[in-house]
Amino acid sequence: MEWIQQLVNGISLGSIYALIALGYTMVYGIIKLINFAHGEIFMIGAFIGYISISGWGLGFFPALLLSMAVCALLGVLIERIAYKRLRNATRIAALITAIGVSLLIQNGVIYFRGAQPAAYPQVFENKSFNFLGAQISTQAILILSVSVVLMLVLQFIVHKTKIGKAMRAVSYDAEAAKLMGINVDNTISATFAIGSALAGAAGVIFGIYYTKIDPLMGVIPGLKAFVAAVLGGIGIIPGAVAGGLVLGVVETVVSALGFSLWRDAAAFIILILILIFKPSGIFGKNTREKV
Amino acid sequence: MMKKSKQFWVFAVLAIAIYAAIQFMISGGFLNNFYSNTLIFMGINIMLAVSLHLVIGITGQFSLGHAGFLAVGAYVSAILTMKLDLPFIAAILIAGIAAALAGLVVGIPSLRLRGDYLAIATLGFAEIIRIIFLNIDYVGGAAGMQVTHLTTWTYTFICLFVTILVIVNFTNSRHGRACIAVRENEIAADAMGINTTYYKVLAFAIGSFFAGVAGALYAHNFYIIQPANFGFLKSIDILIYVVLGGLGSLSGAIVATILLTIVSTFLQDFPETRMIIYSLVLIIVMLYRPKGLMGKMEFTDYLKMWMKPKGGSQHEQ
Repeated sequence: MEWIQQLVNGISLGSIYALIALGYTMVYGIIKLINFAHGEIFMIGAFIGYISISGWGLGFFPALLLSMAVCALLGVLIERIAYKRLRNATRIAALITAIGVSLLIQNGVIYFRGAQPAAYPQVFENKSFNFLGAQISTQAILILSVSVVLMLVLQFIVHKTKIGKAMRAVSYDAEAAKLMGINVDNTISATFAIGSALAGAAGVIFGIYYTKIDPLMGVIPGLKAFVAAVLGGIGIIPGAVAGGLVLGVVETVVSALGFSLWRDAAAFIILILILIFKPSGIFGKNTREKV
Repeated sequence: MMKKSKQFWVFAVLAIAIYAAIQFMISGGFLNNFYSNTLIFMGINIMLAVSLHLVIGITGQFSLGHAGFLAVGAYVSAILTMKLDLPFIAAILIAGIAAALAGLVVGIPSLRLRGDYLAIATLGFAEIIRIIFLNIDYVGGAAGMQVTHLTTWTYTFICLFVTILVIVNFTNSRHGRACIAVRENEIAADAMGINTTYYKVLAFAIGSFFAGVAGALYAHNFYIIQPANFGFLKSIDILIYVVLGGLGSLSGAIVATILLTIVSTFLQDFPETRMIIYSLVLIIVMLYRPKGLMGKMEFTDYLKMWMKPKGGSQHEQ
C-alpha cells in the first residue's frame, strides 16, 4: 500500500503549498498584483517559529500564533510602504517593486544572520501508525489538521464577517466598494495581513515537516504556490487549496516514480500547460476581454 | 536617407574609436586582467540588456526568462567548442541560432498570454530550461561543464557592435514601428492590420538570438558553467538593467548596465550588500521614477534638445 503513503505525503506537501497559495490568490484577487515577496514572508514565518521554539522555548501552538502575528504585521508594513503608492502605476512597475521587496528581504536576512541553514527543533515525538498498510506519521496528521483548521477559519472570515464581505466587495469592484462606504485601504491591508499570516503558519509547518530552513527557502515554494494559485484559478480561494493539493500530489508522484530531479520542472510544466489551455484555472470562469 | 547613413557612420566611427582605444590600452598593458575582464563582462551584460530591451522596452512583452536563453547559448556553444572542436566563431553563431529556436519554442505558445501571465510563463520556461541542463549528464549536471577561456575583447566588441546595430535598425524600421504599436496598444495595432502575434514572436526570437550570442561569450569567459548560474536571479539582473535605464530607451539600458556592472564589480566580495543595494535601487526607482532613468528618451533625443534652443529664450537676454 505504498501509494496511500505517497498520497498522504503529497497531501501534506500540498497543504503547505495551499496555505501559501491562499495569500497569493487573495492579494491578486484584490489588487491584481503578483506579490513576489510572499515567499519571503513564508521564510520569515519559518524563522520566527524557529527562534521562538528553540530560542525562547515556546510550544508549537504559541510559536505558530506568534509567527502568524509577526507575518501579518510584516505583510501590512510591506503593503503600506511599497505597494500602496503603486495602486495606479503600471502592472510592470508593481511587479518589479514586488521582486525588489522579495530580494530585499532575502538578502536582508542573509546580511543579518548569514546564509547557513538552521535545523528546526523537533517539537513532537515522531510516532507513526499503521493505516491500511501505510506508515503515517503523527506529524503529517498534525500538519493536515492545522492546515484544514486555518482554511476553515479563512472561509469563515471571508464569508461570514464584515471584513470578509468588504474584501469580496473590493475585489469585485474597488470603485463601487469605495462609493458604498467601504474603506478600501483598510480592506486591502486586512487582506495582506490574513494572507501573510497564512504564509507564516505555512513556514512553521514547513520547518517542522522538513526540519531544515534557510534564507532562500522561500523562493521555490513561493513560485510553486503561485503555480498552485494559477492552477486553481487565481483570485478564487477554494481554487488555491485545490491547486496546492494537486500540485503536492503530482510532485510526490513524480519523485516516487524515480524522477526526483525533475520534480521542480513538473510544477512549471503544469503552469505552462494550464496557462496555454485554460488560463483562468480549474475553478475559473472564462471571461471575455473587453476592448 | 542621407541623414540616416550619416548617423550610421558617426556611430561606426565612434565605435571603432572606442574599440581601438581600449584594445590599445589592453595590449599596451595599461589595463590589467581584472579591468579587461570587467570590460568584457560589461559588454556581455550590455548585449543581454539590449536584447531584453527589444522584448520589453520596444514590444512591451514582459519576459522574466531571459536567463534561459542565455543558458541555451552558453551550453550549446560550450558543447560545440569543447566536445565537437568547432571554431569559436561558428559556436557563437550556432549558439545564437539555437537560442533563437528556443525563443520560438517558448514564444509561440506563451506570447498569447499578457502581462503578469506572460511574465510567469516565461519564468516557468526558463526554470524548465535550467532543470533540463541540470539533468543532462552529457553537460555535467549540477557540477557544470569546464570551458576554455576564448572570449576576448575583440570578439565581445564585434558581437556588441552587431547587436546594437541590428536592434537599432530593427527598431527604426517598419517592423520596429509595428512592435512599438503592439507595445502602445495591442488591440489598436491589431485593428490597424498589424499581425501582432508575428511581431511579438519575431521580437522575442531576435532578443533570444542575441541572448544566445551573449551566452556563448559568457560561457567562454568563465572557465566553468553551471545550471545554477542561469536561475531566476540572473533573469532579474538583466531585467534590472533594462528597467533602471528606462523601459523603451536603448541608451538608457546601456548606461544603466555600465553603471550597475561597475557597482557590482566593486561589491563582488559583498554579494549580500550588492543585492540589498540592487533591490533598494529597484524599489526606489519604481516608487519615485517608474519610467526609469531616461524614460523613453535616447541620447540622440537629448542632443537634439540641446541643439535646438527653445523658442523665445534668445530674446530674453
